[in-house]
Amino acid sequence: MAKYMLIMRATDEAVSAYEEIPFEQVIEAMGKYNESLMAAGVMVGGDGLAPEPGVIVDFSTNPPVVTDGPYGETKELFNGFWLLEVPTIEDAAEWAKRCPLGPGSKLEVRRVTGVEDFPADNEWIQKEAEWREQLGR
Amino acid sequence: MIDARRAVEAVWRIESARIVATLARATGDFGLAEDLAQEALGEALASWPDAGIPANPGAWLVTVGKRRAIDLWRRRGREDERMAAFAAELADATEAGWDPERIEDDVLRLVFIACHPVLSREASVALTLRTVGGLTTEEIASAFLVPVATVQQRIVRAKKTLAAANVPFEAPAPAEYPARLSAVLSVLYLVFNEGYAASSGPEWMRPDLSREALRLARVLVALVPREPEAHGLVALMALTAARFPARLDAAGDPVLLADQDRSRWDRSLIGLGRGALAAADRVGRGRGPYALQAAIAECHDTAASVEATDWSRIVLLYEALGRIAPSPVVDLNRAVALAMAEGPATALLEVDRIAASGALDGYAQLPGVRGELLARLGRPAEARAEYERAARLTGNERERRVFETRRRALE
Repeated sequence: MAKYMLIMRATDEAVSAYEEIPFEQVIEAMGKYNESLMAAGVMVGGDGLAPEPGVIVDFSTNPPVVTDGPYGETKELFNGFWLLEVPTIEDAAEWAKRCPLGPGSKLEVRRVTGVEDFPADNEWIQKEAEWREQLGR
Repeated sequence: MIDARRAVEAVWRIESARIVATLARATGDFGLAEDLAQEALGEALASWPDAGIPANPGAWLVTVGKRRAIDLWRRRGREDERMAAFAAELADATEAGWDPERIEDDVLRLVFIACHPVLSREASVALTLRTVGGLTTEEIASAFLVPVATVQQRIVRAKKTLAAANVPFEAPAPAEYPARLSAVLSVLYLVFNEGYAASSGPEWMRPDLSREALRLARVLVALVPREPEAHGLVALMALTAARFPARLDAAGDPVLLADQDRSRWDRSLIGLGRGALAAADRVGRGRGPYALQAAIAECHDTAASVEATDWSRIVLLYEALGRIAPSPVVDLNRAVALAMAEGPATALLEVDRIAASGALDGYAQLPGVRGELLARLGRPAEARAEYERAARLTGNERERRVFETRRRALE
């Protein structure tokens, strides 16, 4: 078993198209999807990102530049994620396929690292484990 | 990166319970439904890797299952109404009889039938993992370290037993419900424990088997959200599994609770377990044996160290557990907690009383605990003899080494 993150991204057009659909309908479709993840016992967590624009901190210069955005060259907005616990990436991809999203939307499926991915004797890795404990996660 | 065969198996893990349940409802015959579902899976494995996974794989599998049923009935010359209805459905629409939102009750019936009391424990475990969990026979065999043929035989036999007992594909009647639910919970817990402390073989833990048991318990909770012990079992499994990352050292040997690096405990599982325990309490019917054991695990999981653990509360929880589910193993665990709360001398009296009862003769943990208490009381010769006995009694290679290491440390 491993944890996988389904990272939701959509083009501006897809986000606008989504806003055309009645909110009740969207929330019901997502609610049913989340319910199916709960009923299958694979849901670990997830969150959405608010639609209003944020800011971009760009490290191309020193010091980095803070601008409004993302606009312009950004083709896809990152707007939410799910965390699932399943045996293989194929299971995660299969769950991703069932998500009620439309054209212009994408889900990227990535494995979440665990303690076993890092050297247990590194002091920063040990500190991180303590922080997780403090944070209750 | 995506492997075609593994993708088919992933679909199967997601869909199998609903497919078997749908076919069992449609045919009225659980054993037949299981055969049909396996045939449909075989067909998917043969065609999907090349043709691609269909848009609605669940409906595809159910349709194939129904076609196979018609073929079978035709061969047997049983052209009855049910068959005619199937044929009409299949001719009418490709996704006939497939409504994932309406088959929750059938999935619950499936869980109950797989854990039916006429079946042996081994049979229920195999049948539950295969039909509800969607594991392949090979996966079950490797998880339990038995030959594939053994698992196949268990499943064939289980289906014959259910047929012989004429077990209907129905949820139990209200009068039987508590006992039947408790049978389901105990089958899931058995699977969990097999992964947690493998009773045989070279590995001490098979965590994936435990995680699958936890997943199935979460599936059950979604089906029976008003049953406190279903939540209690999820809580117990999650709060126990949270400690897995710290239970083995680099060499794969067990690390006892006192020596575990608590920062390695899985915080998200602790959160899940505490949430499930709170859900059990919210039902408002009190704590059953699983919830009480979960509450004990919660005491450990939320303590910063062994010293900071609320041992008096653990003693109380074991007492409550011992009253509603009397067991010498619970008494032994209570004695261990008592040793922490009040010291080894009080606990040794308790352990000696359990030993004298004879109820735990042959149980490796009894001399294991006694050895520990004697060592703490400064009686090394007696402690060594107990550890030697414990090492002789355990069937687990890794555990044997722990007892032997402790014995040698006292020389």
